[in-house]
Amino acid sequence: MGIRQWLDAWPVYRQLTGDDPLGRGAAAESARSRALTARTRTADRVVTSVCPYCAVGCSQNVYVRDDEVVQIEGNPDSPVSRGRLCPKGAASLQLTTGPSRRRTVLYRPPHARDWQQLDLDTAMDMVADRVIETRRRTWRWEEDGRRVARTLGIASLGGATLDNEENYLIKKLLTSLGVIQVENQARVCHSATVAGLGTSFGRGGATTFMQDLQHADCIVIEGSNFAEAHPVGFQWVMEAKARGAVVVHVDPHFSRTSAHADLHVPIRAGTDIAFLGGIINHVITHGAYFRDYLLAYTNAATIVCEDYRDTEDLDGLFSGFSPQDRDYDPDSWQYEGAQVAAAAGQREQMSRAEWAAREEGRHRVGSSGRSEQHGSGGAAITGEPSYDETLEHPRCVFQILRRHFARYTPEVVRDVCGIPEETFLEVCRHLTENSGRDRTSAFCYAVGWTQHTTGSQFIRAASILQLLLGNIGRPGGGIQALRGHASIQGSSDIPTLFNLLPGYIPMPHAHQHFGLDDFVRADAARKGYWANMRAYAVSLLKAWWGDAATADNDYGFDYLPRLTGSHATYDTVMAQLDGSCRGYFLMGENPAVGSANSRAQRLGMANLEWLVVRDFSLIESATWWKDGPEIETGELRTEDIGTEVFFFPAASHTEKSGSFTNTNRMLQWHDAAVRPKGDARSDLWFMYHLGRIIREKLAGSTDPMDRPVLDLTWDYPLEDGDEPSAEAVLAEINGRDAAGRPLSRYQELRDDGSTSCGCWIYCGVYADGVNQSRRRRPADQQDWIAAEWAWAWPANRRVLYNRASADPDGRPWSERKALVWWDPEEGRWAGHDVPDFDGTRPPDYRPPEGATGPDALTGTDAFIMQADGRGWLYAPAGLTDGPLPTHYEPQDSPVTSPLYSQQRCPTRLVYPHPLNRYHPAGGDPGALVYPYVITTYRLTEHFTAGGMSRWTPYLSELQPEFFCEVSPELAAERGLRHGDWATLVSARNAIEARVLVTERMVPLRVAGRVVHQIGLPYHWGPNGYSTGDAANELSSIALDSNVHIQEVKALTADIRPGRRPRGPALLELVREYQRRAGITDTTGTEV
Amino acid sequence: MTANDPAPGGPADPAGAAGHPDHPPRVGFFTDTSVCIGCKACEVACKEWNAIPEDGLNFAATSYDNSGGLGADTWRHVAFIEQRRPLGRQHTGVARDGAGPAGEAAAVDLGMPSFERPGDGAGADGRGEFRWLMSSDVCKHCTEAACLDVCPTGALFRTEYGTVVVQEDICNGCGYCVPACPYGVIDKREDDGRVWKCTMCYDRLGAGQQPACAQACPTDSIQFGELDELRERAARRVTDLQLAGVDSARLYGEDPGDGVGGAGAFFLLLDDPEVYGLPPDPVVTTRDLPAMWRHAGTAAAVLLAGLAATFLGRRR
Repeated sequence: MGIRQWLDAWPVYRQLTGDDPLGRGAAAESARSRALTARTRTADRVVTSVCPYCAVGCSQNVYVRDDEVVQIEGNPDSPVSRGRLCPKGAASLQLTTGPSRRRTVLYRPPHARDWQQLDLDTAMDMVADRVIETRRRTWRWEEDGRRVARTLGIASLGGATLDNEENYLIKKLLTSLGVIQVENQARVCHSATVAGLGTSFGRGGATTFMQDLQHADCIVIEGSNFAEAHPVGFQWVMEAKARGAVVVHVDPHFSRTSAHADLHVPIRAGTDIAFLGGIINHVITHGAYFRDYLLAYTNAATIVCEDYRDTEDLDGLFSGFSPQDRDYDPDSWQYEGAQVAAAAGQREQMSRAEWAAREEGRHRVGSSGRSEQHGSGGAAITGEPSYDETLEHPRCVFQILRRHFARYTPEVVRDVCGIPEETFLEVCRHLTENSGRDRTSAFCYAVGWTQHTTGSQFIRAASILQLLLGNIGRPGGGIQALRGHASIQGSSDIPTLFNLLPGYIPMPHAHQHFGLDDFVRADAARKGYWANMRAYAVSLLKAWWGDAATADNDYGFDYLPRLTGSHATYDTVMAQLDGSCRGYFLMGENPAVGSANSRAQRLGMANLEWLVVRDFSLIESATWWKDGPEIETGELRTEDIGTEVFFFPAASHTEKSGSFTNTNRMLQWHDAAVRPKGDARSDLWFMYHLGRIIREKLAGSTDPMDRPVLDLTWDYPLEDGDEPSAEAVLAEINGRDAAGRPLSRYQELRDDGSTSCGCWIYCGVYADGVNQSRRRRPADQQDWIAAEWAWAWPANRRVLYNRASADPDGRPWSERKALVWWDPEEGRWAGHDVPDFDGTRPPDYRPPEGATGPDALTGTDAFIMQADGRGWLYAPAGLTDGPLPTHYEPQDSPVTSPLYSQQRCPTRLVYPHPLNRYHPAGGDPGALVYPYVITTYRLTEHFTAGGMSRWTPYLSELQPEFFCEVSPELAAERGLRHGDWATLVSARNAIEARVLVTERMVPLRVAGRVVHQIGLPYHWGPNGYSTGDAANELSSIALDSNVHIQEVKALTADIRPGRRPRGPALLELVREYQRRAGITDTTGTEV
Repeated sequence: MTANDPAPGGPADPAGAAGHPDHPPRVGFFTDTSVCIGCKACEVACKEWNAIPEDGLNFAATSYDNSGGLGADTWRHVAFIEQRRPLGRQHTGVARDGAGPAGEAAAVDLGMPSFERPGDGAGADGRGEFRWLMSSDVCKHCTEAACLDVCPTGALFRTEYGTVVVQEDICNGCGYCVPACPYGVIDKREDDGRVWKCTMCYDRLGAGQQPACAQACPTDSIQFGELDELRERAARRVTDLQLAGVDSARLYGEDPGDGVGGAGAFFLLLDDPEVYGLPPDPVVTTRDLPAMWRHAGTAAAVLLAGLAATFLGRRR
């Protein structure tokens, strides 16, 4: 060191000789400060990933140094997120690298008091043994004389937080083992979306994409806490607002979303159909509908058969209701002159009653989650319906609609929803002024709409409204379904759902048919892309069973186990309680606090022989046997619980490669940045090796029940040690031709066994052998559609049904709202987006007589998956609870329905059980024992049941405790003190929460009386860093009959000051309330 | 006074005045609270980048704010203010009588008897207006930074970007800066003894990156950039909001003529600063130091002169 350097290192010398005589700047800078270098700059590599929380799909840059992740931040190249992250995304460094991550396998032997360590290989081997043994013991070839080839002894839950490739292996392996109770978060979150949007438009996904919201002139957010649950997506609402759009938020509670709305409309939870029905009535009576659009693209003019009777005629019921079976025969809902059956593949999927009906030669729609098969294709139709283009025929859909909704006047909206007439009319004004040729409005919703006993119909109501206003398929329009898990759209598309096969092909029911041809039988007159279902199904069977799937054995169709009713997650809970379900996999889901009636969930698990939990931390579903609420109340004793529990630490999104499908059907690939530590493994690894070990143990078996799993294609290349290649799985999902070359589009699929494809709607994601989901052309190098960022199904279209953005002649409805249009010179559809239409079919095309399938679509059939090519204002088939939405009161309601004597949805599913008691209906004696309406929601700072946030200190400190939000009026009425504790009681359980008294909660005046609402964020449970009671202790299992989703957005309960009792006194409190309310085992189960 | 002492209103070029001759343009934050969605991504992104300790679980029951305020372990802080008053065009369907004056939302029941049934105010006549303000606070990086003025060790320094940074290797925890800050930003970490605050991600600036909070902010409520450009942008935004009917929009801390010579991090607010917990008229606490030194010097000189006169007098 020279003398000068030595002197320069001395701040006083620098101060005296330099430009900083006061020593407050350059002279004071230390050597450390001068040497500071951002760790983003010193990283060895930057890996592109996708945020693992909600389904907006924010791209992340993961910085790695010395094989450690040192920083995670937003990737500015993303057209969706533009480099931004919410607090959860920003905390994903702590989530993935923090000390709460478990790194070792844990094992709890039956009756043991604590965990033991177990090495990974032994644990895998033991789980494989349990699967084989339980399966063999509970295997059934037949049920009631019908071939089922399955086991009800094993179930699996979870998949929405996992990659598509992982879901694919879960479904593939478990199906080959005859396990049918395969479910994931999609059931309890957005299954109603698939039925609601699918029957209306033909596909069960959001009709638009996030960035397109900026083009909306009005955005109605209802049933969603958009700003809190999807903060980064909300930037596009703010963009629209900055461009002058009106934002309306309709919600029981004033949230951070409401804070940025131009108008917040408090609504009584569970009454959205009355509100939307009121707007529909307003639009029709004021002639505010888009008539040209209506005539061209909807079934407004279609004539319905003479036998149809509306709820207006039958006091709240549609024609065809059977009180004994609690379901509808939809024959009388059909179009006139057209034989209506359920959608492609659905007619075979009938419940017991329907089977009998079918035997009598009738076609019916029924239960069993069938409506979800509209996920990528609407209902099928035979015959040619009749139309009245004047819309005057008394039985045309438009007139039926007019009569059905005439009852929903502003006064009824006021009396049902608690919304003042003036406020209601203001919403009507915003919507109608901002819809039409030159303007468009968008609806955004989430689980505030889906999680009801009539959830599918909530979404139907919005679909009808958006069709009337001409807002579907157009820029700035559409219905944005906001999904809440990173790949919950993917776990619906490649379903870990009991009733579906990949691409919304139904799981076959027992004995409805005897072979593949019956399964896919398509009537000659059917049009649309579902006509090719045989090609999709055969290609799937080829993907799963390869050379073992031949024309001679129906391509292994009988390898598929058969359904005999509902095997959805709440049925699985009941099966656990009655002892028929013996083994359970939890793949990143936490039902012990996250599913309705969490006490029933835990007691169900306490009845299992074995339980496998895969997660980051010791979530409540992994430890209930040791420290769950039932141990405290004395209902369970650890020593008495025989359940064997395996805990496997899971790999995080930064530790594995794979694809997430975001809420707008966009598949985005995330690259592994580092390898998981310790025993942590990807779910791809877990399923692959579980399958490998089971197959090795069964090798040589001649038992026919083992054929499907032994014949399975299960030879994925391993990389980086023993991790199966996720890209190889994606390539299988994409599909190959006879020569093994990747397919480019689903139109290439064949039904002769020459092609294979693991999920037909994902065909094209690996086109040209290139992982299209990994495309990352920066947003600033593309137009606003950003078609070269990742890949969206179907066929990379971003706005669905965009043929409707042009008029029947193929010209944009207006220049301002142009999206795709017909280019007569080029003879093709042109525009910004990929046309959701045959690219060369002219607008004036009329199919020749006798055309079938896609060839039968006319040049104006904008809804190409629908059997009649039209958007459905009225659903003549496909839904189990009626062709039109009707307001029924929630299962728990303090109010008597002012509309009909039919109080609740007649087809809703109830599960009477001592653990699952229902409240008396509003008006019944005892209903006011539980006088207050409860609604649940998310906070920005937490995630779902808390497994990915309550263990994360940076998130926990922001919302450290479970709380309830009450109005000052309710606080006064019940003596609740701000910041203190309150106890909430339902017929299921009682919980305690801290009290936030806030004017953001308002009492509503409903039919002359005051209804108080209580808000509950539902993220808590007893484990983790931030702890609290689970809101789901209060909820009951009461389900939408279409899709078996639970009603947790509208409950009732009582609230009282103070903490809840501990120990047995807690149960006594619940029983005392039940006694006071006069609750019996039949209360609330009435039709 | 030396040539480097701040001119009235602060130096136009604080980095240059601090001995960074060829420095980059001064940078800062413009926090537009009118688009803040209160998500707290800024708080988390800041903690992640700067490895700030989590500071415990404390349910504060202060709307959705459980961080309390800026401190040694909270360098970005989001305030939540629930108010009964309209936000420009926004109104709610909330049915309450007699909207009180701003900020007087009675959140706690006092147990006073009432003859009105809740919800009776339903309808247009009784509708109240309601708004929920959110604002992300941060160190202001003052043009005239008192913390910097009083630091005896040189731990605080003015960077070439014009920001004010604590150097953790120099700070000895004397704590003089803590009462010096007119905003109560800088704070001592108890288990460590040193003081900590926002560095505007000094290390990231060197890598050409924006600070972590601004990078994360989902709605661009936190905007980072050259201060001059931000001030122009902010002026346009205020005008736009006022034209849109949000009369309450105003800037805070953008004026180089204010008591701290203009803040390097300034805000668009929708109410008075006090509502957000910000001082209405902050003044650099060292403002009077030169005068005090002058007076002290004068006094000392007089004293000395007196003493000298006394001695001289005795000799006589």
